[in-house]
Formats: sequence, C-alpha cells, structure tokens
Amino acid sequence: MAFNPDNYGLRLFVRYLVLCLIALIFIFPLVFMINSSFKPDNQLLADTSSLRAFLPVGDISLNNYFGAFRRAPVGLFVLNSVLVTGATVLLSLLICSLAAFSFAFLRWKGRDVLLSIVIATLIIPFETIAIPLLLLVSKLPWIGLDGLHWGWLNTYRVQIIPWIADGLTIFLFVQYFKGLPGELIEASRVEGANWWQVYYRVVMPLSGPVLATAAILKFLVMYNQYLWPLIVVQQESYRPVMVGLGYFFQLNVAWGEVMAYLTLITVPVLIFYLLLQRAFIASIASTGVKG
Amino acid sequence: MASKLTLSNRTGWTFALPGFALIVIFIVLPFFFAIGLSLTNQRLLSPNATQFVGLENYRQLLGLGVVTLEPERDDAGEVVRNEAGEIQYPRLREITRSEAYPQYRGMREWFRWQSGENVMVVIASDVVFMKALVNTFLFVLVVAPVQGSLALMLALLINHKVTGINLFRTIYFMPVVVSIVVVSLLWRFIYDGQNGLLNSILQGLTFGLFQPVDWLGNPSTALPAVMAMSIWQAVGFHMVIWLAGLQMISPTLYEAAAIEGASKWQTFRYVTWPGLRNTAVLVLVVITMQGFALFAQIDVMTNGGPLDSTQTLVFQAVERGYGKQDISGGSTISVILFALVLAISLTQRWLTRER
Repeated sequence: MAFNPDNYGLRLFVRYLVLCLIALIFIFPLVFMINSSFKPDNQLLADTSSLRAFLPVGDISLNNYFGAFRRAPVGLFVLNSVLVTGATVLLSLLICSLAAFSFAFLRWKGRDVLLSIVIATLIIPFETIAIPLLLLVSKLPWIGLDGLHWGWLNTYRVQIIPWIADGLTIFLFVQYFKGLPGELIEASRVEGANWWQVYYRVVMPLSGPVLATAAILKFLVMYNQYLWPLIVVQQESYRPVMVGLGYFFQLNVAWGEVMAYLTLITVPVLIFYLLLQRAFIASIASTGVKG
Repeated sequence: MASKLTLSNRTGWTFALPGFALIVIFIVLPFFFAIGLSLTNQRLLSPNATQFVGLENYRQLLGLGVVTLEPERDDAGEVVRNEAGEIQYPRLREITRSEAYPQYRGMREWFRWQSGENVMVVIASDVVFMKALVNTFLFVLVVAPVQGSLALMLALLINHKVTGINLFRTIYFMPVVVSIVVVSLLWRFIYDGQNGLLNSILQGLTFGLFQPVDWLGNPSTALPAVMAMSIWQAVGFHMVIWLAGLQMISPTLYEAAAIEGASKWQTFRYVTWPGLRNTAVLVLVVITMQGFALFAQIDVMTNGGPLDSTQTLVFQAVERGYGKQDISGGSTISVILFALVLAISLTQRWLTRER
C-alpha cells in the first residue's frame, strides 16, 4: 500500500469526526443538566425540545440554586453523603487490607476455608440480599453512649458498617500483596518486626496503587448509592444525596431546582474524575467490576 | 512461603477476623436468611407468629397452567358466533373459580393464542411476577450482546495512538462515574412525549414526518427506552475492560500478521478475537450480573409501568419486601433471582471454558 499523504490526512479527519460525534452522544445530557440549572422553569421546559437546551440563552440566573437550598436541606444531604462515603472508604481500606494481609502473608489454620468463603461471596449480587439484610439490621443490637438499642434503621451506622468489608476489595488486596516480594516480609521479620509493624511500616507504604484502586471503587459505589439508603433511611436527617432527591418531587416538581441539585451533587464527582481520570479508569480496568 | 516466619495462628485470625466477620454477618447470613424466609410467611410488622409454609411462596410465584377453551356450541353442535362473526368462548373465570379445577384456583390470564377453533390460555398465579421475569430476561438478552459489542467497537476505535485520544477515552467513560439516578432523571427529559429532545431530533431528521412518541409512557417502547439508556450509561465501563484486554495481546502477533499480509478483518478474526477470549467472558458475566440487578432506572423512570411493561425482578423484590412489607415474598424473589444469576454465570463459564 503506497503512502498517500492526502489520503492519510483524510482518514485522520474522518477518524476525528467519528470520535467527536461519539463524544457528543456521551456528554449531551450533562451539558443539558448544567445549562438547565441556570434557566427558569418555563424556559427550561420550552427549550428541552430544541438545541437551545444546550445553549445558555435567555434568562440566566442562580435562582434555581437558591431555590434548591430553600426547598430541601441540601447541605445536610451532602454532609451525610460525605460522612458515610468517607467513613466507609477509610474503614474498608483498613479492615480489608488487614484481612488480605493475613490471607496473603500468614499461615494459619482455617485460612484457605475462610478465603474461599470470601471469594464465593463475589457471586452474590447485593440486590438479592437487600430485603433479608433489611430485616436483619432492623433487629440488630447496638451499644451507644446512652445504653443498649435495638434496630439500626435511620442511622449512619446502617449505611456504613454493612459496606465496610466485601469480597472484591479483599480479593484486590490479596492479588496485589501476592505480587510483593516475600523476602521483604521475611527480612523484616528476621529484623525483629512484629506483624503489625510489617503491615504498616513495610506493606502499606508499598501499597499506593491498590489503595487508590480500592478507594475509587468504594467511593463510586458509596456516593452513588440508591437502593440501600432508600430502604433503611426514612428519617430526613440521615438521607444521602441520591435519596434526598425525593424532596424535589413532593407536591409540584420544580425542574430548574432539580437540575440545580443534580449539578451540585454531580459536578464535584466529575471534577474529581477529570483530575484523577487515569486512576479511575485503571481501577476499573484492573478489576472489571463495579459495585 | 512455607517458613516458620509466616506461621502464626493467633495473628492470622486477629488480622482476618474483623473483615471476615463483617462479610459473614452482612453477606453470608442474609443470603441464608433469604432462603429460610422464603419458606415462611414472615411479614415485616405482623402480630402473628411466623409459620413454616414450605414451598408455598414459590408455588405462589411460579404457578402456571395452560387452559384450552373450546368454542361454545348450540344444541346442534354448531359453533356459536356473535354478531361480528367471532367465535364465542366460555369465560375464563368459569374455570379459575370452579370447584372442578382446584389447581387453577385464583390464577389469572397471562396471555392467550388461537389454536384452530380453540383458544389456549396461559394462566399464572402471579402475572406481575411473570412479566417481571420475562422483562428481566429480555433486558439481559438485548443489553448483553449490544452493550458488549458496542463497547468492543469503541475500544478498537480508541486503541489507536493518535493525538488527544486520551480526551476521548475520558469523555466516553464519563457517564459511568455519574450516578445512575442522575442519569435516569436526565433521560426522562430526553424521552418526554411532548417536549422531549429525542422526538424533536427524530422529527428534524425526517423533516417532520416522524410522529412524536411518549417513549416511557407507551408499553411497547418503555422497556426498549430503558435498555437504550442503560447501554449508553455503562458502555464506557465495558469499553475500558475490553481495552485492558486488547493491551494484553502481544504486539509481535500483530507484526507477524502484517508480515503474512493479513487483512484488517483477518487480523481481527485470527489475532485480536482469540486474544480477547477471557475478557469476553468477564464482560459477559459482568453485564449479565448488572442486568439482573436492574432497579434504579426503573424506580426513577417508570416505576414498573406503564401496564407492568417495565417490571423487573429486583423492582418486584423491593416492592414486596419493602413496599408491601411482605418479607417472605420479597425473599422468595431474591432466592429465585440468585438461582438465575448463578445458573447463568455457570453456563457462561462452561460455554467459554478452555477446551
């Protein structure tokens, strides 16, 4: 095949054209969301049927944002989500890496059986256990500062504790730890380090990539969570952002305010993603599983 | 690492216990709990004691029957017809309410078809559940191949090293990080019957010939609309998995193919596709699992309607177990769902096993 510069340029042009058209398909709802959040309701609804939906034309104001804050305790919802997501991610990294450390580096009775049970849970979709889990957490005890309670519904703990440990995160850590040189661990033991010291002085400092992967996956699952908080949290003060949306659909639907709320809770995640996109994409490529 | 240095029963248990205990309490236990509850008549708030009912819940959900309705005949044995010339049949409820057929008690018509002069009617104890079952299967059967192959095409498209390709990869992946709840709400606007963007785009493309459709409000288009949106939302996710698979194929194989003078199609058929075998299994298993878990889109976009055309298994499990507080009914659906997921992933693995 003879090299033909014109032909090559044309092919490159077509390739970029196709890439751009597909890119449009992927971003248009987000552009529509952000753009609509600045328009008054009547204009928003009139514009949804034309290209004006993507253009900042007409009255542009922040009124919808003020309206959203008046309609619902938006700040509280965001705070709840940040708290639940943050706590779960941190606890998950700690508990799952400890378990994986034990499975990967230590020899103890029952290890293989326990690890197989953990791996077997990977095929149980959360949706299939949501209802019995709901019944379970509604009856579990809890010892608080003010004594013994029964039932975990309408709390932060019901949104955090069941999500700390999962087979996938442990599996990710085990795979990564098995790739670390075993001599390093033995050498530290010979030097007199106890296992706890090996864990946090030797293994953890080497685990940056897998910590990032596990944290990103957990973050996506937790922040975007819908089904679980929907069934275990009725009390408004514990609602996370995705379930807080219900507020905007009571009585009359104010679409402009809905769009403002959606923008508020989505744009930070998008910025986070754009800054760390390599890590985000790598975390999914390395596991092939989300949720 | 079979050395004394790594032998430590006490530390091993201590490190693994918190994680393992949490998994047992919040995943393994509820799983067995679901199986146990499905054999009882447990309700969330009930004054009556829970009773063991055996497989009654499964019978309630899965009960099916086929009834043949013969035309009504007059004394001469002639088929009775109404004014419009249509054959008259006995009412179905004469059978489902009859003492003569206790096995069909309380069942309702699911669908019927004509067979000669007779009419065959399929009746089910729980028609809504049957619709949910069929819809869930339809969803997986359509979404898995379409999403999987679109994702592969996108992966092949962005696997070229041209300037700025990273930007496109980033954009294609973007809907994956956005919550499905947010995405579903936005697509409600796109699908709207009066002011929806999709209708106006289609009208523009056909110069006004296209008649607007209320995509989510029409029983024949609602499920396809949800499918299309779901494919769009997660296709970038599977693209990334395919891409990881593509990058594991050794470049020397492509060089060899080029030296042999293989065409683009031949290179794909004999180098790329065999190299993607394991990735293909992974993509299929993941899409299937996600498909069977279909819930948020339905809850936000259609609530199972119109006319139960978008009912799904998870939506039914939640509606019964939580909405109607029928814990045993919800658990039974969960167990059926799990059995399906297990059977399908085992089949997929078996079909794609190393031979």
